Amino acid sequence: MTETTAPKMEERLYQNRYLVDEGRPHIRIRQQDADSPELRALMSICPAGCYVEGADGRVEIASDGCMECGTCRIVCQATGEIEWSYPRGGYGVLFKFG
Amino acid sequence: MAEHFDAIVVGAGPSGNAAAYTMAKAGLSVLQIDRGEYPGSKNVQGAILYADALERVIPDFREDAPLERHVVEQRMWFLDETSHTGAHYRSDDFNEAKPNRYTILRAPFDKWFSSKVREAGAILICETTVTELVKDARGRVIGVLTDREGGAIYADIVVLGEGVNGLIGQRAGLRPELKPAHVALAVKETHFLPEETVRERFNLQGEEDGVVIEVFGGVSSGMVGTGFLYTNRESISIGVGCLISDFAETRIPPYELLDRFKAHPSVAPLLKGSEMKEYVAHLIPEGGYNAIPRLTGDGWAIIGDAGQFVNAVHREGSNLAMTTGRLVGETVVQLKAEGKPCTDANLKLYRDKLAGSFVMKDLKKYRKVPALLEKNKHLLTAYPNAMSQALQSMLRVDGASKREKEGQALAALKKNRGSWAGVATDMFKLARAWR
Repeated sequence: MTETTAPKMEERLYQNRYLVDEGRPHIRIRQQDADSPELRALMSICPAGCYVEGADGRVEIASDGCMECGTCRIVCQATGEIEWSYPRGGYGVLFKFG
Repeated sequence: MAEHFDAIVVGAGPSGNAAAYTMAKAGLSVLQIDRGEYPGSKNVQGAILYADALERVIPDFREDAPLERHVVEQRMWFLDETSHTGAHYRSDDFNEAKPNRYTILRAPFDKWFSSKVREAGAILICETTVTELVKDARGRVIGVLTDREGGAIYADIVVLGEGVNGLIGQRAGLRPELKPAHVALAVKETHFLPEETVRERFNLQGEEDGVVIEVFGGVSSGMVGTGFLYTNRESISIGVGCLISDFAETRIPPYELLDRFKAHPSVAPLLKGSEMKEYVAHLIPEGGYNAIPRLTGDGWAIIGDAGQFVNAVHREGSNLAMTTGRLVGETVVQLKAEGKPCTDANLKLYRDKLAGSFVMKDLKKYRKVPALLEKNKHLLTAYPNAMSQALQSMLRVDGASKREKEGQALAALKKNRGSWAGVATDMFKLARAWR
């Protein structure tokens, strides 16, 4: 596996282990009238690619691949668009090497 | 389980483990709570282990700790698009009976450290997230609530080793929210290679010898950040981190930055044929001395990354974490022995111990560096680029005289910085920040 082409996010995250807490996402978007530039930036800078543009052009989140870094929480702390908590104990990402 | 403990430690990383170990070893009743499936499963680091800080907690750690390689060579690289300018320091003196720095993989290392904490007598509960602190009517912290059933757990002191993105201290108003310019986002991949291949590629003799490469310049694409490449026994940890404020502004995907670093002509041959087995992301507190929050109050103390204890200039953090954990542990042990409560006034002892240690001295020394870099991002690109251009010009033998080449080098410096006045200002600012 040489690194000549950039891997897709799914391939990158495929190696990671997760225990997903079904039906209890630990991050939610608190939608406002319009998405702030900070929220839109997350579509590029979330390291797990959790933020995507939905059919209506608004930012959506699928937190299953989340590595719990906290970037989105800090970027959007001033806008109040992100509701962030840690997954319940034992759930979420499980690092093999860390 | 006793409902009341001498101490509750939140988090089983380097700071929490050092604190819990120190207190349990001295006979205190300690409850440690971690949200991971096992201790270490949520923890991320580069990772370099600094032996001195651990030795002061567990002197014989080398006997059974999972260590990867000890560092015999340090490289510092400045990257531009096609080149790297480097300084390497290798010494056989680092091949010593008790090596000073090791590469480690944090998940297995933390599991080991935690087993020592439990051997020392602390009780660990995993898969449990602390949700909030319990305070009495006078605002003193007296315990914690978790996401497990069973209500509050009480202790004389709650030690918060909850990490950089810990929410408990912030939600309880004990420490302020992190600022995007005070915290870096780092992404890292672990690439596996046969053990002999790692040694061949890094010119290593001994099976346990290792190399560390810290990378500056173009690796951060103009943002305030650095890259790193560490040799483990059968793998290479490679990562890059930049300030969150810079990521938000440039909107550069962090994994693309990492891919660019991996594809750099100086780096790609080192990773060739490797198999990537994990991709991680984590925050690093980089605000330095001025970003350190209040560290103690009635019934609580903060240690490790939660207290911004990272020396970003020297890429040290886990040693500061272990040291702050040990110092708070020693403080609580001493207060207990003297029959004194863990009030803010009595916990001044912890703050004094910190002030007297390398932790605060180093952070204080570099207190001006974070703001300097944040406001002068060109420092990380203009000078490395000028240096690279000057060296290339000097090394290329093409009929131009050496005096002409010197002129080109100086012109490259001026061009990269914009003006000589700019160069002079930068030198003055750097000297002041470094003092």
